[in-house]
Amino acid sequence: MSAGTGTVSMHGNRFRHNFLTALLLAPATVWLVVFLVLPFIAIAVFSVGERAPEGGYQAAFTLAQYANLPARATAFWNTMVLAPVGALACLLVAYPVAYYLALQAPQRWRLILLALVVIPFWTSLLMRTYAWMYILGGRGIPALLAFVGIEDVRLINTPGAVLLGIVYGYLPLMILPIYVSLERLDRRLLEASADLGATPLSTFLGVTLKLSLPGVMTGFSLVMILLLGEYLIPTLLGGGKVFFIGNALVDLFLQSRNWPFGSAIAITLVLVSVVVLIVANRISNRVAGARRVDLI
Amino acid sequence: MSKSYRDGLPISPENFVDQLMRLKRGSIGRRDFLGLTGLGIATAVMAREIGIMPTPAFAAESLGDRMSIATWPNYHDPQTFENFKKDTGVAVEVNVFGSNEEMLAKLQAGASGWSLFVPTNYTISTYKKLGIIEPLEMAKLPNFDGTQEDARFTSEGTIDGTIYAVPKNWGTTGFAVNTKKLAKPMTSWKEFWDTAMAEGDGRTMVHDYQLTTIGNALKYYGYSFNSLKQDELAKAEELLLKVKPHLFAVSSDYQPGMRAGDAWMTMCWTNDGAQLHRDIPEIAYVLGKEGGEIWTDFYAIPKDAPNKPAGYALLNYLMNPQVAVKEHLANGAPSTDARVNKLLPKEVLDNPILYPAADLLTPLEFGAAATLTDPGRAELMARFKSA
Repeated sequence: MSAGTGTVSMHGNRFRHNFLTALLLAPATVWLVVFLVLPFIAIAVFSVGERAPEGGYQAAFTLAQYANLPARATAFWNTMVLAPVGALACLLVAYPVAYYLALQAPQRWRLILLALVVIPFWTSLLMRTYAWMYILGGRGIPALLAFVGIEDVRLINTPGAVLLGIVYGYLPLMILPIYVSLERLDRRLLEASADLGATPLSTFLGVTLKLSLPGVMTGFSLVMILLLGEYLIPTLLGGGKVFFIGNALVDLFLQSRNWPFGSAIAITLVLVSVVVLIVANRISNRVAGARRVDLI
Repeated sequence: MSKSYRDGLPISPENFVDQLMRLKRGSIGRRDFLGLTGLGIATAVMAREIGIMPTPAFAAESLGDRMSIATWPNYHDPQTFENFKKDTGVAVEVNVFGSNEEMLAKLQAGASGWSLFVPTNYTISTYKKLGIIEPLEMAKLPNFDGTQEDARFTSEGTIDGTIYAVPKNWGTTGFAVNTKKLAKPMTSWKEFWDTAMAEGDGRTMVHDYQLTTIGNALKYYGYSFNSLKQDELAKAEELLLKVKPHLFAVSSDYQPGMRAGDAWMTMCWTNDGAQLHRDIPEIAYVLGKEGGEIWTDFYAIPKDAPNKPAGYALLNYLMNPQVAVKEHLANGAPSTDARVNKLLPKEVLDNPILYPAADLLTPLEFGAAATLTDPGRAELMARFKSA
């Protein structure tokens, strides 16, 4: 009898426990279903449809849209180049900043400096990019150059301007994860490395950099995923001359109104992003996880 | 050097507030067009802080207290909407667009929220076919007088004898040239494209708009602006791909580049040409002698308009010649209404940018409905932009 009662109450506990878990998960689940799963299903359905004669969607079942993907091969290719190159440029600028913040900056300044990194995020990226349009445009730096006698310099609508905008726009996303991983670094490892005769450079390469790799990989994949869908910065700072997959999507939905083809590209882009994430994760785990060093 | 250092400043505080208020009232320059969303945030924040956002006044019940209009950048006298609000209590929210395709895309997706919009002539038949617009109830538009309209510009608003849209103004699509930078006089689209690859290298803009960019490339060979013929479009594509690496930008937002001196030449609509020339006299407006586009913009009311009474009220208000004349003075495009023309000052009626000589007007073509929905032209544009 007593055993039976115990089982019942255990069941009751488990039920209560499960019920509570479900209740706590409900808001997030509803959110994901309404704003992620349902739109995704809609896009998947659109992607096997046809463009109506005047644009929009017309029900059908065809893989023609996917077969047509090569028509946007250039846009895909441009994106595949931009994403890693942009993320790499971001990394090269972000790492020294994160290093300084985590290991060099005086303790009392650290919080203020971190805040300075984050504060620009409070302003819309669009506005900040517009500021760059002005700075790089004819009334900005070129006007200053003309003042000292260098005429007709053009900075806006160049690949350099796009790269600058991307590094500027995504820098905080790269700095923060690297900062976190560097900040947690056990400094005794650095001392140990020095004690064992390593030069500062080999200590940096062999210890600091290696141990911060998870942060680097997190920042890198974060920025890269966002760059895969980037369209604002190339449009504003590149003059709409360079065409990324994000630009292709905007045009397909807002100009030629080819929803099915746009949906097929969107699905493909999501799949590519997932693959990129998985690969980045694998690399990150292999590089960082396999060589985990703990003092204890 | 009599120039003050302030001349070079981006914007003075007073000017900033002026611009902000102007934006709020709904006058959007093409130069402000892309910045709209960004500045909109500033407006919303500042409005909350210092209370410049008007609290909805008690309004005439039947009209409600707000409505939206979809239109083109820098297309209205901001005072028009202020006065309309004063008279009726209806605040007008202005949405601006860069292409007819974009407007159609929003209306096709549904729930645009607009009670009035400004489509261009060649799109009206498609709107009617898709059931997006309905015949206008002319009894609600006593200010409109069809007998005073210039029939050359207004026919496409009427389908099978039923009026679906009434005209706002007409205009042309040519190109603007900074003659200080490109001194060689130009008169044709051939010269436009050739110069873009020579003296204008890196300084030329074309529209992010299939109708005009493809159409004016077709004019290089003397083909129809509206051509859908495969071989002719292939020639146009060849030209566009050749010019692409020499361009400054592919964008319908060309006033900032021209004003800042980054761009020296751009495809251009009448009203922008008039504004640029007014502010910077060395910028000239040229119509290609081979032809190109002539257009009329109309007012129409979407079938699913959330506030039709206000839509009709505003449209009727805009058809009042006394109101319309101010609109034309502000936006710079010529009117289709003889009553308005009588009120316009002589220097406006004599402006060759607005009223080109007959021999330049004759070869111009109205856009054709088929170009709006033709997948071939859309794909050509995508190939051009991604090249």
